[in-house]
Amino acid sequence: MKQLENKHPLAVRWLHWINFPLLTLMIWSGLLIYWANAVYRIEIFGREIFHFFPQKFYEALGIPFQLAHGMTLHFFFMWFFALNGVLYVAYTVFTGEWRALVLVPGSFKRAWLVTLHDLHLTKTLPPQGKYNDAQRIAYTTVIVMGFGSLLTGLAIYKPLQLAWLTSLLGGYEWARAEHFILTIGYVLFFLVHLAQVIRAGWSNFRSMIAGDEIVEVAPPAPPAPAAVSVIEGESNR
Amino acid sequence: MSNHPDAKNPPRSGSPSDNTAQNLREKRRLSAPMTDEQARAVLARRSRRGFVVAASALIAGGFGLRGLLSPGGGGIFERSRAFNEQLGRKLFDLDSSAPEFSRDRAEEPRVNGTEGLSDGFDPDRWRLQVTGLAKAQDFPQFASDLSYEGVVENPLAEKFPATPAAGLLLSLDEIKALPRVEMTTELKCIEGWSTVVHWAGARFSDFAAKFPPQAGTDGGGKLPPYVSIVTPDRGYYVGLDMPSILHPQTLLCYEMNGAALTLPHGGPLRLVTTAKYGIKQIKRIGRIAYTETRPPDYWAEQGYDWYSGL
Repeated sequence: MKQLENKHPLAVRWLHWINFPLLTLMIWSGLLIYWANAVYRIEIFGREIFHFFPQKFYEALGIPFQLAHGMTLHFFFMWFFALNGVLYVAYTVFTGEWRALVLVPGSFKRAWLVTLHDLHLTKTLPPQGKYNDAQRIAYTTVIVMGFGSLLTGLAIYKPLQLAWLTSLLGGYEWARAEHFILTIGYVLFFLVHLAQVIRAGWSNFRSMIAGDEIVEVAPPAPPAPAAVSVIEGESNR
Repeated sequence: MSNHPDAKNPPRSGSPSDNTAQNLREKRRLSAPMTDEQARAVLARRSRRGFVVAASALIAGGFGLRGLLSPGGGGIFERSRAFNEQLGRKLFDLDSSAPEFSRDRAEEPRVNGTEGLSDGFDPDRWRLQVTGLAKAQDFPQFASDLSYEGVVENPLAEKFPATPAAGLLLSLDEIKALPRVEMTTELKCIEGWSTVVHWAGARFSDFAAKFPPQAGTDGGGKLPPYVSIVTPDRGYYVGLDMPSILHPQTLLCYEMNGAALTLPHGGPLRLVTTAKYGIKQIKRIGRIAYTETRPPDYWAEQGYDWYSGL
C-alpha cells in the first residue's frame, strides 16, 4: 500500500512559483541598471580574467541604454519581491516548517558527505530529515541572501535617509558591490538548484506542483525514541 | 556549549542521535493508505491542474508584462513612482545627513553632461535671476525686467520664457556674502558611480532665508512646494521639492576642490545636494523660481524618476 506525503503546502508552492518570475524581473531590471556603470570584474594578480559583463552579452539581450526603464521596473517589483519573501519566512515560522530548513549543529559536516555522495565519490548518505544538510545550508543561505539584498538595496536606494545602514554596510560603493555579488549568488544558486531538481527526478519536481509525493505506508508508529527508523528509511529513497 | 551533556562524547555522524529531523521535531503529513494507482491518479489530477494554472498565469503574465516592460510602460509605473516618492518624503522626516569624508579623499568628478552649457557664455556678465519671492520689490536688487546683457539663449528652448517675470538679479558676490559652507561628500550619479568631492558654497536654506519665497497658495504662510532651476540658455532644467532643497547639505556651490568652479563643472554657480542624484545637481544656474506647480525636469522627460531622491 501507498500513501501521499505532503511535501510542500499550498502556500509554499505559490510563494515559490511567484518568487521565480519576480526574482527574474529583479535580476533583469538590475542588469539594465548595472549596465550604466558596469565596473565589476574578476582579477587575478592584477590581470582581468572576467568582466561583468562582456559586450556581446549585453547586445544579445538588448540591455544597453535602458537605465531609466530598469530603475522604474526595479523600484516597482521590489515591493512584490520583498513582500513575497516576508510572507514565505512568516509562513515557515508560524507553521514550524522552518525546522526542516534551518542549519543545525553538524550541518556542514553532513553537507560535505552529501556533496561527496552527489558527486558519486561515496555511496552512503548521512541521516536526514525532510531535507538533507546540503539543502539546509542552501535554503537557509538563500533566505539570508534575500534579506541581504533588501538591506544592501535599501542602502543604495536611500543612502542619505538611511545613511546609518549604508555606513554599516561599508559605504555606498561597497553596498552596491554587495548587492551585485548577492545577485550573482542567486544565479549560482539557481544553476545548482536546477541541476539537483533534474537529478532528483519527476516525483520530486511534481511535489512542488501537486504538493505530495507517493511513499510506502509507514509501519505503525513505534514509541517515540525508536521513530528514528522511519526517518532513516526515508533518507535512502 | 561546554556544559552540554554530550560535549565530551559528541554524536558521530551517522549515529541515530545525530538525526536532525528527530532533534528538531519535524512533522510529517501523511494521507490515508491507498493503492499505487489511486495515488498516481490523485497526483496526476493535481499536477495537471497546477500546469493549467501555471500556463494561464504565464499567458496572462506574458501579455501583462509585454505592456509593462515596453519603455514608457503603463500608468501603473506612474503610481508606483508616486508611491515611492511619498515614502521618500516620509523618510525625509528622519532628518539625517549623508556622511562627510576627509578632505584628502576628494577627487575631480567626471564631466558627465554638457546639456545647458552652450558656448559663448560669459561668466563675468552672468547674473542670477530669482522669481517667486515674497516682497521682491523691497530688495535693492529688484528688477522689473530680468533680462541682462550677455545671456546666450537657445531659441528652441520654449519651455521657459526668455525673460521671466519681475524678480531679483543677483551677482555672485551676493551669493558669496551668505555664510560659506564647506563639505566633502559623495557625488552620486544615477548611472551608479560616485566620487568624493570637496564643495564650498552657500546653503540654499540660507539663501531662501535671505530671499524668502512667496507663501504657498494653500494658506497658513507655508512655503511653495517646488523650486525650478534653469540654465541661462534654458537648455537644462530641474525641478526640486522644497524639503530636499532646504536640506542642510544642499548648496549653491561656487568652489570645487579648493578652486573656483570651472565652466565644465558648472561655474560660476551650480547646485550640489546629497539628497539627489547628479542629474538634479544642475550646473551653471541661470534662474531660480519658487513655484506652486511641479516644474519641468530635463531627465524626467526622458523617463527618469522626477523625484530621484536619495
